[in-house]
Amino acid sequence: MSQIKVNSLASVASARSSETSSQGVGLEARSIHAWFGQKHVLSDISLDFYSGTVTALIGPSGCGKSTFIRILNRMHEFIPTAAMAGEVLLDGKDIYRSGVDVTKIRLGIGMVFQKPNPFPSMTIKENVLSGLKLAQIKINNSDELLEDCLVRAGLWSEVKDRLDQYGGTLSGGQQQRLCIARSLAVKPQVLLMDEPCSALDPGSTLRIEETIRELSENMTIVIVTHNMQQAARVSDYTGFFLSDGGPGQLIETAPTSQIFSNPKDKRTEDYVTGRFG
Amino acid sequence: MSITENPASTHVPKPREITTEPRFSDRVFRGVVSSGGFISLIVLGLISLFLLYNGFGVFRSEGLSFVTSFDWVPESIENGTEASYGIGAMLYGTLVISFIGLFFGFPLAFGTALFLSYYAPEWIKKPMVLVVDIMAAIPSIVFGVWGYFILMPHAEEWARLINKYLGFIPIFSMPGDFFTRSPFIAGLVLAIMIIPIITSISREVFAQTPLDRIQAAYALGATRWSMIRAVVIPYGKGGVIGGAMLGLGRALGETVAVYTVLNLVYDIRPEILLSAGGSVASLIVNKFGEANAPELKALMAAGFVLFVVTLLVNLIANMIINRTVRKG
Repeated sequence: MSQIKVNSLASVASARSSETSSQGVGLEARSIHAWFGQKHVLSDISLDFYSGTVTALIGPSGCGKSTFIRILNRMHEFIPTAAMAGEVLLDGKDIYRSGVDVTKIRLGIGMVFQKPNPFPSMTIKENVLSGLKLAQIKINNSDELLEDCLVRAGLWSEVKDRLDQYGGTLSGGQQQRLCIARSLAVKPQVLLMDEPCSALDPGSTLRIEETIRELSENMTIVIVTHNMQQAARVSDYTGFFLSDGGPGQLIETAPTSQIFSNPKDKRTEDYVTGRFG
Repeated sequence: MSITENPASTHVPKPREITTEPRFSDRVFRGVVSSGGFISLIVLGLISLFLLYNGFGVFRSEGLSFVTSFDWVPESIENGTEASYGIGAMLYGTLVISFIGLFFGFPLAFGTALFLSYYAPEWIKKPMVLVVDIMAAIPSIVFGVWGYFILMPHAEEWARLINKYLGFIPIFSMPGDFFTRSPFIAGLVLAIMIIPIITSISREVFAQTPLDRIQAAYALGATRWSMIRAVVIPYGKGGVIGGAMLGLGRALGETVAVYTVLNLVYDIRPEILLSAGGSVASLIVNKFGEANAPELKALMAAGFVLFVVTLLVNLIANMIINRTVRKG
């Protein structure tokens, strides 16, 4: 049974990998460690994310995937006791270097969260353009940008006649695509997605996976997911995180097809074949 | 599917009545808390009934002019005057000083709440919250004495400056040179007194701002201030307004502090810097000691009017706060 599953995942993944080619490193994590208070939760994670590709981070709950992805755009530091070590390089420059404008970093590295979180006090249109207002960016052709972002997020046809309704009137899946459109409006190089489909129904999930595939043509995308089928469907590379009770570690990273067909590490194989996790 | 095929289930049953039998300890606790709740309601109701009962005669004899006319003349056999009671000037004065208090107190409290919620480092936050909360516990006479001896000498100078540069605006004009014990100064004292309640309610609603919205804003490259403007203020708006209304309620009812720093004059004057103002609560504390029986009833009636006004303000405040809480 598990053998069949592995094979089907691997075939999905290999079909996916052949479509794209990597275009150089977009974002690099170097020897990342993380702590909450005294608790060491991530140990020595180094990982490259290539432009034009999707990297999936998989692993059981509590292995530090979300902590890691939040380190990549400096959201980690909002947790009061949080600490980190190591470097995250965007275009070769450390985003944690002193004197850096953290708001500019987050403009370059967007994030979509687990729970759809449109701003309820804003309309659909205002939500999409909210990043410009928040970062005080002035543009002339906002209608063009609005349409472009909604089209790329796969939401345009569903909302084009009700752009002045509030964001909260949309369904969960539509809200999440609205959040993706909102992230796109500030033109990030990198898009981080922290379990973007875990609160959505299968139809919406499929719709968002299509969106991710379309977006990946000209962005670096990192997606945390609990769903191995999803990792196999959308990603080019996969990183497997695991915690053996201590801090989370990156066990293995490889092209997605390889992770699902021929993983090097026994623990990766156990996880992707569903023997635990 | 099988249900619709089953002939036995074609008749629609009546909804069942679902009951639960609370256990004894639940019933005891319920009794204790509901009697507590009802007692406070009953006491409130009795107070208003008492005031209404005592003031009813005055309401009947004075009619609407009780709240519109300006005279407060007790009956006097020696002088041969007939009684005439009107709290129009006092009611107007109460509103004026309360709004001045809100005008100065609200921005300060709002800023303090934002600072404590989003800017203050941890080491300053805790002591400052404590200090602001303690401010609410200081007896109001202390504010009055502070206002009279410490604040007034300074505020008098500020008033002169306002008059000098903005005197062309009628409310800042000055017919003589009487800058002490003005509605302006009473309003400043009230501002200090209502800061704690507005601050703590604002802080409370700011703290409830959903974290995911805050993070969404930051993830879009928001600065702290643009995040506050886009997320925290829209979310907390209703609660903050409700807090301001509660502060207004406190200002309307404030008695002793206002009495210490305000010159009561039975006239409606537009100039807020002039040493002439009014306050229903201060009127009561001023006249209460030496009032004869009919005047006492008039004071009760005044108290009833103030009670109703304050109650209305608080009800509106509660409605606004509840609406926000449900929305969140």
